[in-house]
Amino acid sequence: MRGLRRDRCPLPGPVTGLTVPLSDLEMIGSNRSGRLTGESVTDPSWDQQNTDGPAIARALRLVPGGAFAVVRIVVCVKQVPDSWAEKKLNPADNTLDRDAADAVVNELDEFAVEEALQIQERLGGPDDCQVTVLTVGPEKAIESVRKGLQMGAGDGVHVVDDAIHGSDALATSAILAAAIERLAPDLVLMGSESTDARMSVVPAMVAERTGRPQLTFAGKVDIADGTVTVQRVTDYGYDVVEAPLPALVSVVEKINEPRYPSFKGIMAAKKKPVETLTLADLGVEPAVVGLSGSWSAVQEFAARPPRAAGTVVTDEGDGGTKAADFLSAQKFI
Amino acid sequence: MPVHPLDLIAADSLLDEEELAIRDTVRQFGVDRLQPHIAEWFEAGTLPARDLARELGGLGVLGMHLEGYGCSGTSAVAYGLACMELEAVDSGIRSLVSVQGSLAMFAIWRWGSEEQKQQWLPAMAAGEAIGCFGLTEPDFGSNPSGMRTRAKRDGSDWVLTGTKMWITNGAVADVAVVWAQTDDGIRGFVVPTDSPGFSAPVIKSKLSLRASITSELVLDNVRLPDSAVLPEVSGLKGPLSCLTEARFGIVFGVVGAARDCLETAIDYSVNREQFDRPIAGFQLTQKKLADMTVELDKAFLLALHLGRLKDAGVITSEMVSVGKLNNVREAIAIARESRTILGGNGITLEYPVLRHANNLESVLTYEGTEEIHTLVIGQAVTGLAAYR
Repeated sequence: MRGLRRDRCPLPGPVTGLTVPLSDLEMIGSNRSGRLTGESVTDPSWDQQNTDGPAIARALRLVPGGAFAVVRIVVCVKQVPDSWAEKKLNPADNTLDRDAADAVVNELDEFAVEEALQIQERLGGPDDCQVTVLTVGPEKAIESVRKGLQMGAGDGVHVVDDAIHGSDALATSAILAAAIERLAPDLVLMGSESTDARMSVVPAMVAERTGRPQLTFAGKVDIADGTVTVQRVTDYGYDVVEAPLPALVSVVEKINEPRYPSFKGIMAAKKKPVETLTLADLGVEPAVVGLSGSWSAVQEFAARPPRAAGTVVTDEGDGGTKAADFLSAQKFI
Repeated sequence: MPVHPLDLIAADSLLDEEELAIRDTVRQFGVDRLQPHIAEWFEAGTLPARDLARELGGLGVLGMHLEGYGCSGTSAVAYGLACMELEAVDSGIRSLVSVQGSLAMFAIWRWGSEEQKQQWLPAMAAGEAIGCFGLTEPDFGSNPSGMRTRAKRDGSDWVLTGTKMWITNGAVADVAVVWAQTDDGIRGFVVPTDSPGFSAPVIKSKLSLRASITSELVLDNVRLPDSAVLPEVSGLKGPLSCLTEARFGIVFGVVGAARDCLETAIDYSVNREQFDRPIAGFQLTQKKLADMTVELDKAFLLALHLGRLKDAGVITSEMVSVGKLNNVREAIAIARESRTILGGNGITLEYPVLRHANNLESVLTYEGTEEIHTLVIGQAVTGLAAYR
C-alpha cells in the first residue's frame, strides 16, 4: 500500500490519531487512487506520480491552438427493482427476479447524472462538456438510460447480451470497464452503491480495471485544469481528494438534489442517440461474465425468519442497569 | 398479491413511454413536493401559489399542451395525465394549473395578438407570471351571456367596469383575462393586475378548494389601451373555447382524486380490524371497493379515450361534457363512499378522502354545473335545447 497521507479539512470536531478507514479502494489494492490534498502533502511519491506518465498530459487535454478540448463525462447507471418493493430471487438460478417488482433507476445513480449535468452547466454547456449515460443490463434496462437522457444527458450506451445474465460485481465491472475504455471519457461518474446489491465495490473495480484514479463517496466534485477535486465524505467530516483526469468518481446522496426531467427533456430524449453494444463489440469474452464467469455465486437463499417478540425489561428499581446490560450484550454500548 | 384498481385493466399498457415518463415525473413531484404539505395548506386555507407556479413551470406543466412561446408542446393525453397526478394530491393544485394553462394561457395563445403572446406566454409557461380568467359574475354563472361587466370605448382606449366572481388565482395573478360586454358583443381583454382600478379581494371561509386562492375581481373604470383586447374572437365562443380546454383537464384530474380516495380506502380496510379481522374481508366492504374500482377504471378509460380524440383533433365540447358529467359524478361518489370505509378517521385531515370529497363539491359545479352538462348532452341526443 502506497503511503497515503490524509490531511483532513475541515473537521466537525477534534481529531485524535490518524485512523485511515479501510475504504473499498484499499480493499482491492488500487495503485492509483486519488490524491488526498490538504495543508501540507509531503509524500514525494505523489508528485512523482503526477508528473510522469500519460495521465497528466491527457488530463489537461490541451489541443493545438491552446484551447481546452471538450470534457467528456460518462455516467454509469443501473436499473434496479424499486427500492421500496419486496425483492425476490428466481429459484431457477438464484438470480434477481426482475419481473417481481417495478424497475427504476438506482437512486444514487440519479445523483451522479445530476452531478454530471451540473458540471456540464458550469463548464459552459453541451458544446464544452458531453454527458453520456452508460448501462449494462437486459433489454428493459434501456429505460434507465432514457431516464438519464430525459434529465438532460446527450447520448446513451446500452450494453446488452444474453451472456451477461447473472454477472456478479467483478464480472459487471469487466463489462463496464471495457465500455469505458471504448468511450475514453475524461471523467466517469457513478452512484456509490446500488439499492439492490449494496456492495459499493463496482466503482473501485472499474477504476482498477481502467487504471483510473478513484475518488469515492464524493459529496462535492469540481473539475479545473485537468484535475478533479472531490470532498470524500467520511464518518468524521470529509477529506479533500484530488486526482488528474481521466478519473472515476462515485457520489453520495448529499452531493445534490437530482432534477425532475422537464417535459421538454422527456420529449427531446426520444430523439437522442443510444448505442447498443454486445460483448463482442467490446471484446469481452462471454466466459468471464455471466453466471458461469462470476467468482461469486448464490448457493441458496431463505426467507428472513419472522420477528421474535421483543425483550421486556420490568423495572424493579434496577431497570437502568438491566437496559444497559441488554444493550451491552447486543454490543450497542 | 393485491392488484391496484387501475392495473386490473392494465391501464398503463394504453400509455406510451413518453406519456408514462411525464406521468411519473408529475407523480414523483407530487409525492416529494406537494403531499407533505397539502393537508397543512388546506387547513390554513392557502397555497404558496407563486412558489408552486415556478416549480411547476420548471417541470413544464404550465400550458404544457400548447405549442411555442416557451410551452412544452405535449400531447393532450400527457396534459390529462399531469392533471390526474396533481389532482390526486388536491383539486386546488390542479385548479391552479388548469386556470393558468387552459384558461388564461389558452385564451391568449388561441385568441391573442402576437404582441400579447410574446409579452405573456413565456413568463406564464415558466411560472414567473400567474394568470387568472374572469367570466363568471355574482349574478351570472351558468348563463354568462347576461354578464354585466362592460367595456366602453373612450377615444382609442377601453374602460372596463364590473365584478367577476369565483376567480381562481385572482389575488396572486399578474394578468387577468377578462370577458366583457361591448357594443360588438362579448370581447376578451388582457388586463395587467396592476392597472389602476383593478382589485382582487380574496374570498374567505370556503369549505372546499381551501388549498386554492379564490377571489373576486373588481374592475372600477380600468383603462386599457386598444392593444389589450383579444383581437381574434368575439362572442361567447371565446370564453367557452377556453372552458372546454379546462374541462378536459378536469375529466382526467378527478380520476386522480378518486384514485387517491380508493387507494386510501383499500389500504385502510386491509389494515383496519373489527370483529377480529380486516374490514376489507367483509362482503359489504368488498362490494363498495369493487364498485369503486369498476367506476374508477371506467372513468380512466373515458378520460383516455377523450384524450386520444383531442390529440386526433376531433373532440367536440359535447364529448367533453360527457366526460365531465360522468367523471366528476363518479369521483365524488367514490370520495364519499371511501369516507364511509374510513369511519371517523375519514373526516380528519390525516386522510385525504373528505378533503377530496369537499374539493369535488366545487369541481361538480365549476366549469359547467352537472345540470348544464346534463342539458348539453340532452340537447345533443334530442336536438332540443332545454335551457336556451
